Amino acid sequence: MTIYEEHGWRMIPSRNGFGLALRDLGETHPELVVIGADLTESVRANYFAEKYPDRFFNAGIAEQNAATIAAGLALSGKIAVFSTYGVFASGRAFDQLRTTICYNKTNVKIGGAHGGLSVGPDGATHQALEEIALIRVLPNMVLIIPADSEETYKATVAAIEQIDGPVYIRFGRSPVPTITNKDTPFEVGKALTIKDGSDLTIAACGSCVAESLLAAEILDKKGISARILDIHTIKPIDKTAIELASRETGAILTVEEHQVHAGFGSAVAEVVVQTCPVPMHFIGINDRFGESGTPQELIKFFKLDYENIALQAMKLLERNF
Amino acid sequence: MLTDIERAKYREIARRIRFDVIKMTYHAGSGHPGGSLSLVELFTMLYFKHLVHKPNDPNWQDRDRLVLSKGHACPALYAVLAESGYYPREEMWTLRKFGSRLQGHPAKDKGLPGIEVSTGSLGQGLSIAIGMAISAKMFERRDNRIFAILGDGEIQEGQVWEAFMSASHFKLDNLIAIIDNNNLQIDGYVDKVMCIYPLKEKLQAFGWRTITCNGHSLDEVDKALEIAREKTGKPTVIIIETIKGKGISFMNNKAEWHGKAPSREQALIAVTDLGYPENVLDKDID
Repeated sequence: MTIYEEHGWRMIPSRNGFGLALRDLGETHPELVVIGADLTESVRANYFAEKYPDRFFNAGIAEQNAATIAAGLALSGKIAVFSTYGVFASGRAFDQLRTTICYNKTNVKIGGAHGGLSVGPDGATHQALEEIALIRVLPNMVLIIPADSEETYKATVAAIEQIDGPVYIRFGRSPVPTITNKDTPFEVGKALTIKDGSDLTIAACGSCVAESLLAAEILDKKGISARILDIHTIKPIDKTAIELASRETGAILTVEEHQVHAGFGSAVAEVVVQTCPVPMHFIGINDRFGESGTPQELIKFFKLDYENIALQAMKLLERNF
Repeated sequence: MLTDIERAKYREIARRIRFDVIKMTYHAGSGHPGGSLSLVELFTMLYFKHLVHKPNDPNWQDRDRLVLSKGHACPALYAVLAESGYYPREEMWTLRKFGSRLQGHPAKDKGLPGIEVSTGSLGQGLSIAIGMAISAKMFERRDNRIFAILGDGEIQEGQVWEAFMSASHFKLDNLIAIIDNNNLQIDGYVDKVMCIYPLKEKLQAFGWRTITCNGHSLDEVDKALEIAREKTGKPTVIIIETIKGKGISFMNNKAEWHGKAPSREQALIAVTDLGYPENVLDKDID
């Protein structure tokens, strides 16, 4: 029994939440269309495509065209969802995202699948570790990185029902612990305090939230009270929650399955230094490419696991780097 | 075939649009006159005959859509929109100025009536038009048509070929691409910089119906647009054979006039070339 199972957390890939949400929304939103790029099942767009074949379009292995067709559909009043692997959605089609989707403020939702290290054995070419840096700089864009499948479901619903404009949702391939449930609140732009604490804050997004939560248990045993923030919306980021965390806990550790340079930690730090500067430390990928391995192996190798998070938290409190 | 009266009417509109392009870019001090001038007859026949649109109701849902994929040719688009009555003529002279709705490349968010979408990064307009064509054909089930205007040099962008492939795959016979084949781009002749030819054969192989015409003959452009009305189950491409800088003596077929504004002296020569008295440059033609 893994530590996740011991906590009663079901192991589900977050991409499932995306697919299920599209399937459910297809019924209530006849204007919803989905554009794929040959990875229909991988990104879970098949849940929608099987139910609404007339509203699913496969553009083939041509992400630039796919992203821009989505914009054209949106300009004609559709809610257009474009989904492929995050490396291609954010990198290959970057100018299309920038100039056509965002500059025109089109109602396009981008599903960045296989984010982070979750694609494991495929190796560096397919591991999306740059999306936050690329997507966060785009005006008009909203960026959400949900913690698990449930949250991905809610994020997809919110993106489609509440936001008239481009949204990028990053989710993963491998099963990750489902730490939220149907009743957990979700609001775009509002960080979720998963656990309160007073000695420091661990801010995380995506599957790093679960690891941070486990780290907090280790810290608890050592008498350290850690606040765990699930900052699922990277843009617009919850400045209030971050400022409050700085003021009330006095130190912030960020954890991300992404490059540290210009990544999630940087987004948090921008708020911290402008509101209430406190010591910070960043856990993530340090300016290198990924490599093949199981996601679990890679999480350990890149020190994104709960044991290392706990260790870095203690070092941060001791100012010992 | 146009009647003599029609031809004279359209010729006069084309002449005015050429003047507008010269005056706009002269006042702006920068801009793209060359590739604007090659589109004048096309825009004249589209906006004054073939396009289904309502200048006083620019968002009318049954309108035809036009995507200017070669966004840098917007002076010609801005001119034909003003000539069609989409917005006041005086506003043309604000081109490229701070606060203007006439941005250096078409900008949807500035709200100039008649601008369907922001373009300027080459290679994307045809894909936008495909999205619009899918929506019109498969969802709204309207009879309207979607036009995309591309430059010849623009076709060097790989995305354009992704788009060519997908338009025929989706059988978008409500989509009409128009390629401004003036054989010039910033660095020189298109076939020398990076050859895109033979264009017609390539497009036919990609599953398109092709029509070729002299892009400066009002009759030929009219005929091509007339032929394009017939739906064949395939997307249509009209290759208009054009001359960059057409109609202005010193700009004719010169790559250097891709992205350069005329000086006052040059603008005065251009005005004379078009058969206007020199003073219209300052006091306008009406």
